[in-house]
Amino acid sequence: MSRVKEFNLPDLGEGLTEGEILSWLVKVGDTIELNQPIVEVETAKAAVEIPAKWAGRVQSIFHAEGTTVEVGTPIIAIDTDPTAGPLETPEPTGDAAKASSAAGEAAKGAADSDQNDDAASGKRTPVLVGYGPRTTAAKRRPRKGVAPAAPAQPAPVPVQPAPAPAQPAPAPVASGPSTTGNGHSGPAGGARVLAKPPVRKLAKDLGVDLSTLTGSGPLGSISREDVRQAASATPATAQPPAAAGPVGSTAANVGVHREQRIPVKGVRKLTAENMSRSAFTAPHVTEFLTVDMTRAMKALDRLRQRREWRDVRVSPLLLVAKAVLLAVRRHPMVNSTWAGEEIAVKDYVNLGIAAATERGLIVPNVKDAGRLTLRELADSLTDLVQTAKAGKTSPGDMSGGTLTITNVGVFGVDTGTPILPPGESAILAFGAVRKMPWVHKGKVRPRQVTTLGLSFDHRIIDGELGSRFLRDIGDFLADPEAALLAWT
Amino acid sequence: MAKGDPGVSTRGRRAVPRSRKGATGDPELVQLLTPEGERIESVTGPDGTEYRVDFTDEEYRGFYRDLVLVRKLDAEATALQRQGELGLWASLLGQEAAQVGSGRALRTQDMAFPTYREHGVLYCRGIDPIMPLGLFRGVDQGGWDPNEFKFNMYTIVIGAQTLHATGYAMGVTMDGKTGTDEGEAVIAYFGDGATSQGDVNESFVWASVFNAPMVFFCQNNQYAISEPLERQTRIPLYRRAAGFGFPGVRVDGNDVLASYAVTRHALDNARHGQGPSLIEAYTYRMGAHTTSDDPTRYRIASEVEAWQAKDPIARMKAFLVKQKIADDDFFAEVDEQAKRESVHLRERVLEMPNPEPSSMFDHVYPNGSPLVDQQRAQFTQYLESFEGSAH
Repeated sequence: MSRVKEFNLPDLGEGLTEGEILSWLVKVGDTIELNQPIVEVETAKAAVEIPAKWAGRVQSIFHAEGTTVEVGTPIIAIDTDPTAGPLETPEPTGDAAKASSAAGEAAKGAADSDQNDDAASGKRTPVLVGYGPRTTAAKRRPRKGVAPAAPAQPAPVPVQPAPAPAQPAPAPVASGPSTTGNGHSGPAGGARVLAKPPVRKLAKDLGVDLSTLTGSGPLGSISREDVRQAASATPATAQPPAAAGPVGSTAANVGVHREQRIPVKGVRKLTAENMSRSAFTAPHVTEFLTVDMTRAMKALDRLRQRREWRDVRVSPLLLVAKAVLLAVRRHPMVNSTWAGEEIAVKDYVNLGIAAATERGLIVPNVKDAGRLTLRELADSLTDLVQTAKAGKTSPGDMSGGTLTITNVGVFGVDTGTPILPPGESAILAFGAVRKMPWVHKGKVRPRQVTTLGLSFDHRIIDGELGSRFLRDIGDFLADPEAALLAWT
Repeated sequence: MAKGDPGVSTRGRRAVPRSRKGATGDPELVQLLTPEGERIESVTGPDGTEYRVDFTDEEYRGFYRDLVLVRKLDAEATALQRQGELGLWASLLGQEAAQVGSGRALRTQDMAFPTYREHGVLYCRGIDPIMPLGLFRGVDQGGWDPNEFKFNMYTIVIGAQTLHATGYAMGVTMDGKTGTDEGEAVIAYFGDGATSQGDVNESFVWASVFNAPMVFFCQNNQYAISEPLERQTRIPLYRRAAGFGFPGVRVDGNDVLASYAVTRHALDNARHGQGPSLIEAYTYRMGAHTTSDDPTRYRIASEVEAWQAKDPIARMKAFLVKQKIADDDFFAEVDEQAKRESVHLRERVLEMPNPEPSSMFDHVYPNGSPLVDQQRAQFTQYLESFEGSAH
């Protein structure tokens, strides 16, 4: 071990790469004690004093004050045994030291146990603390059995290490596991079979006994695929194993193709984004109301018989739309938007109609529907639906909706709990109109009944307002003529 | 006599007989030794508890010795970090009295749950101070057998150990180990910043409702790294305990005797089944949060100077001198011992062996695992594929 020791600038914080020498507290020739402050260094984190690592005499100082020094480079050399007389040979100092260690790297001859020499000779240098062996360039350790003449060629090291002796499961992990019914051939000699809970559930659902399977997963665990194969191969177990091969692989293919991967894009993606956003930002409440629409249906019939309505498509949806528009007039608050700090209540209704198209769900809206006559409204609805079915709805038709009706009744269902389109605070689901037993004038009669489902944003609309709104829609649909006379 | 239980002596009173509520300038603070080294015979805490200690001269000297040794070893560790031999160090400078006082108040059967700064408590438990340094040098994972030392592993996650401690303390009750003088009590250490953690508040709730034999020992060193106390609380921290339903007391954390008295009282209450309590040791971190921190960026020099005047070792020394309990020879001998032990510690730190790379697999599972065994074998094989590998 050398008498003169060089002190490298350590990593004073966690992960620092350099430090600035603020001031030297010692000078060359000074006798210093262990842990005596020798230098003040400022890093990105703090200005700190560094205590001397060894007692002795300052042999040389490599960097002037104000210099920024890389972590790992020598800053001071200390003669740790100054009383032992003059130094025989000039000790390497600073840059000279670096040069010599670089030379040492090339020579690879040094067998000294000194730390710098360790780094130079390619031996592993402890780098766990403080700083790494910065004095050498990063270099890959040579692999055994590689011809040194051809270092550029990648070493022919086996990419996959040979199976370790500690491999626990005796099961040779075969790619085509068979469903031999002859007792417990599972891994680890009859130990409990390994399978994740969802796989166990699947096996239970498919009626597969896990203990009869050989797992193909890690540690011989049984995978979902193993279970599926077993389930599909079960009827064929009577066949001899030789014939089972192709059948097994077909079964495997069936398993693979039982799910279809559809890229999420376009309308589906937009719908998904809008629905997730709305569902998790607006607190939804849904209320239901069942309404006897017999009288309204008769009114529709009478309407159709009028000459000026002869060519117009008149559907129950028209009445629902009218009901909504009239009810909004009585409860304008439902036609509003939650805008963070305030609620924007609109005095116009852009009435959205959810339409199922080949491209997916789109919601075009009838602009300013509240100002339209019933006839104009009917024409607009017809136009809107036809445009949507033709796939020609423009983005402008779909933006700016303020309140929406979703006519799930056309699919033959009774009602639903619709999710609000973003920016709207109410949406009405209109279910199928069915003939149902209904108490009418004290007697059970077959009547044309529907169920309305209204979802609303509880941040804006309380249960009372939502209920009144829904009640009004129901009143209109139960007796449109009376409601019109009463409200308008 | 440097470590362990100094006991309570029945020896005649030597200190200036003086009894009062609270201490100078702060009626809430339990103090038995003023910054000037004046002994207060007994103090009545906010809940009417009377705190008093009576030690032999030898015991008083033992406190001083521990304080000095703990500070010196801590300074050595800081120096080792500055010299690149430790990756990080969290210094206890200024908090010696809180740690030595509470650490010596622990009885042999008591269990301690430290943070990463309880080097003083560790020392008082009779544990070799080298033990945590492997963690800070990066040559081991900071693991030891908590049951062997009755001292849990250093916990880096702020406040997490209070939950561990509370669970442990609930277990002590379930094991029926409370209710007698030989009962076990549990102490959890944490700082003022940790009181804002959910973990700490949860452990207060659990310890309270389950009457766990717990002492929550909060060293309020005034800063959560750079955040001052007024960013943690609007009321004195010890008063938080009342809301959770157990007693809280503030002690002068720079007074080793009061720290001892208050902790011993709380521990004895706990071991006798009287439930948890909170001790707020009011102290000051004289150094940086860790060696990666620069406290001059967030606190002013005059504040540090004011606390310098309350130094825990200086007041103990003043007391020993005034009462003629110790002379210069004693102080020189303690300094010499401290120097010797710190040099010894340094030598052993520098000789700490680097871990075998494959040792990372050693403590993954208590009884091993085929998968980990396989990984170890593969890794060993990989290492052996290099030229010059020692494997």
